[in-house]
Amino acid sequence: MLNRAIAPPTNPIGDIHLKKPQVLKFKNGLPVYVFHSPDQELVRIEWIFNNVFNEHENPLLNSALSALLKEGTINYNSAEIADKVDFYGAFLMPEYGFDITSLTLYTLNKHSAVLLPLIKEILTVSTLPQKELDTYLRNNKQKLQVSLQKNDFLARRTYYNHVFGTENRYGKTPTLVDYDLISRDALIDLYHQQFTPSNCRLIVSGNVSEALLEELSQQFGEDWTSMKTTSLVAPTLKADTGHLIYEEKADALQSAIRIGMPSINRNHVDYPALQFVNTLLGGFFGSRLMRNIREEKGYTYSIGSAVGTLMYGGFMTIATEVGVDVTDATLIEIEKEIEILRTEHAPLEELELVKNYLSGSMLGSLESIFSHADKFKNVLLSNMELSYYDHYMKEINAMTPEKVKEIAERYFDYNKMIKIVIGKMKTMELVSKL
Amino acid sequence: MVSYQKFELENGLRVLVHEDNNTAMACVNILYDVGARDESPDQTGFAHLFEHLMFGGSVHIPDYDTPLQRVGGENNAFTSNDITNYYITLPSSNLETALWLESDRMLSLSFSEQSLETQRSVVSEEFKQRYLNQPYGDVWLKLRPLAYQVHPYRWATIGKELKHIEDAKMEDVKAFFKKHYTPQNAIMVIAGDVQFEEIKKLVSKWFADIPAGNKYHRNIPQEPKQLSERRETVVADVPLDALFMSFHAPARMDENYHAMDLVSDLLSRGSSSRLYRRLVKEQELFSEINAYVMGSIDPNLFLIEGKPSNGITLEEAEAAIWKELDILKSIEVPAEELEKVKNKIESTHVFAELSILDKAMNLAYYELLGDANELNHETAKYLAVQPEAIQQQAREIFRKENATILYYKAKEAANAE
Repeated sequence: MLNRAIAPPTNPIGDIHLKKPQVLKFKNGLPVYVFHSPDQELVRIEWIFNNVFNEHENPLLNSALSALLKEGTINYNSAEIADKVDFYGAFLMPEYGFDITSLTLYTLNKHSAVLLPLIKEILTVSTLPQKELDTYLRNNKQKLQVSLQKNDFLARRTYYNHVFGTENRYGKTPTLVDYDLISRDALIDLYHQQFTPSNCRLIVSGNVSEALLEELSQQFGEDWTSMKTTSLVAPTLKADTGHLIYEEKADALQSAIRIGMPSINRNHVDYPALQFVNTLLGGFFGSRLMRNIREEKGYTYSIGSAVGTLMYGGFMTIATEVGVDVTDATLIEIEKEIEILRTEHAPLEELELVKNYLSGSMLGSLESIFSHADKFKNVLLSNMELSYYDHYMKEINAMTPEKVKEIAERYFDYNKMIKIVIGKMKTMELVSKL
Repeated sequence: MVSYQKFELENGLRVLVHEDNNTAMACVNILYDVGARDESPDQTGFAHLFEHLMFGGSVHIPDYDTPLQRVGGENNAFTSNDITNYYITLPSSNLETALWLESDRMLSLSFSEQSLETQRSVVSEEFKQRYLNQPYGDVWLKLRPLAYQVHPYRWATIGKELKHIEDAKMEDVKAFFKKHYTPQNAIMVIAGDVQFEEIKKLVSKWFADIPAGNKYHRNIPQEPKQLSERRETVVADVPLDALFMSFHAPARMDENYHAMDLVSDLLSRGSSSRLYRRLVKEQELFSEINAYVMGSIDPNLFLIEGKPSNGITLEEAEAAIWKELDILKSIEVPAEELEKVKNKIESTHVFAELSILDKAMNLAYYELLGDANELNHETAKYLAVQPEAIQQQAREIFRKENATILYYKAKEAANAE
């Protein structure tokens, strides 16, 4: 007779085996990282550029540039580019992030080389037409108007403003007026500074044939040259600490809450341990915040904490949307959980759970050749080696109750965190207390 | 090509196994053939609330999540108007833990009052977060009952109103479980780093003794043909006017489904699509526009939604859309344009084979539709669609008397900046 009360035997979670890229350098110095998997029917090509900022950092300029990249070259207009890409069943996606702007092409093997001349044009002779810029600005102003009515969006913006300061690439968020100040001249200037081979890294994954590499080398490795080298300048960050920032929304049914502080990035020796403690606090379904605030109290559909790594620094953030009547209570519970993390030793059983959860996630994150390339990209962008992941797994598995407490004391200080509430609070007691 | 082997237990549980040894992981996907369309009109949102309760402990295992996390696994679930789907991914060496957990909750839940109470509030907060506390969030709560007057698709998966969720009782929970959560009402797909013979043994071990239960016979009132245009205007505290147009369209298994789906691709897939290119980019009438198909099992809705540009009225915006729809009805789609949307279907299909979980979910869904192997013929069905079929679908669907139109107006008449 089957005894269902007893769990079946379990096995230790296997080690990960990361694939290493073949590293090439084209004649013009462009570094190329190749992840070849002959069985794959797809190929992914990523052109990755560090973001360039002038003295007055305005990330809106960078995101506008990224959005306009596909909107016209000297030989093709916006419609022709869209037609060409869609006709081959391909996906061509420019993407702006805090530190990098990338252009990613996904395509079936059989069409892998056909779009490369077009991409060469996009990266070298884009025209950034004024008409397309006007359309972009008009539509994005409308989108922003809608987003500004979402409490969650407001809380996130306010968080970045305060955790980094508003005068730099990480903390500045656009207002409607800012869109009107974007000029085509500034975009053209940025385009020429940003999209140069000396500021580019190429990651090619999937079924990467010799012929494709040859075509890539012809298009991007020979006559594509940099007029000048781009130097990267670190931003000046300025964090607020401790405040409660409360914006009342009279009709709100839920309050959006964001709590957090600046933190370290992947280059810091404590980063894996920080990720571990973050996971335990709010990084997965079985985390303390989720168990307490959702599964025991039912205050929210979801609560989570996260750590983010940037080129210059990092951040930790707790985010949730809760019923207006339990907004105050949620803040109290979050504070309590952080206090427990800093003052009490976590049970060994809980550490074991988080270790296994993280090991399983790591194993599960390696599904195709593209995920191997992603793992590599993460460390490449932090100027680190693939061996980082061995270090990461070692650190995770070595976590002790003492180490968890030590990391919590160092990186999770509720008194230093800014607390943002957009919605409704019951009493002003908490406000004055903070 | 997603290959699989299949067997069925005596209690009616269907099991499909897809071996993919490129990964060290396995996934277990269980689809229960129950969705919001199976609810009674005075207890809506119940299928989805029930999905939450499935994580509240089963008859022999008080805590579902912890044992799974302890072996490196993750899980989640979703509910739609047609199905409820649960899935686990975990290192394949610990697959048996997933089968132990899933079989125990298929056998019986623990029906804990505390879990019911908590999940009632969690789902109420989900209702607020997604539908009530968002600009335009309630549009489905308004549009569905306008487009469907008889069929249970007239309510959203989350339910008609918060009160139905707040009023859910334990006796209803038990009855729902007994009626729908039986082996013969479930399809299980196991995919990844697994072997068929081994799976057969393990599945028999954990699932064979679960009683078959009674067969549930679905008897849903079907929507009568819409005979005249329906219109409604709502005014809400949103910054911009928005336009929603819906049309009745073929069911998932209808022979015209693929042609109809390609119509939505022609109109709005990618930045070369007609509505985006002409109405957003060329004529600058919209700031955003989208067309898509619900993809439901019973007869579908074809949706077009957009936000007009500053200074464009909803009437002008609607007229511009009708003009595009009329072009599709009167002029045959050029061969190259049709080839373009077919090529996108082909590449998207390859993308869906990158993940074992996607493959497992798709196999389960196609098995529910009648035959899992149809997943492997899906692309061919799209490729076979001829221009005449596109035109015929456009003529059939885009008729005034088949349309339900919702004007979602900003409170302040002027689109202030």
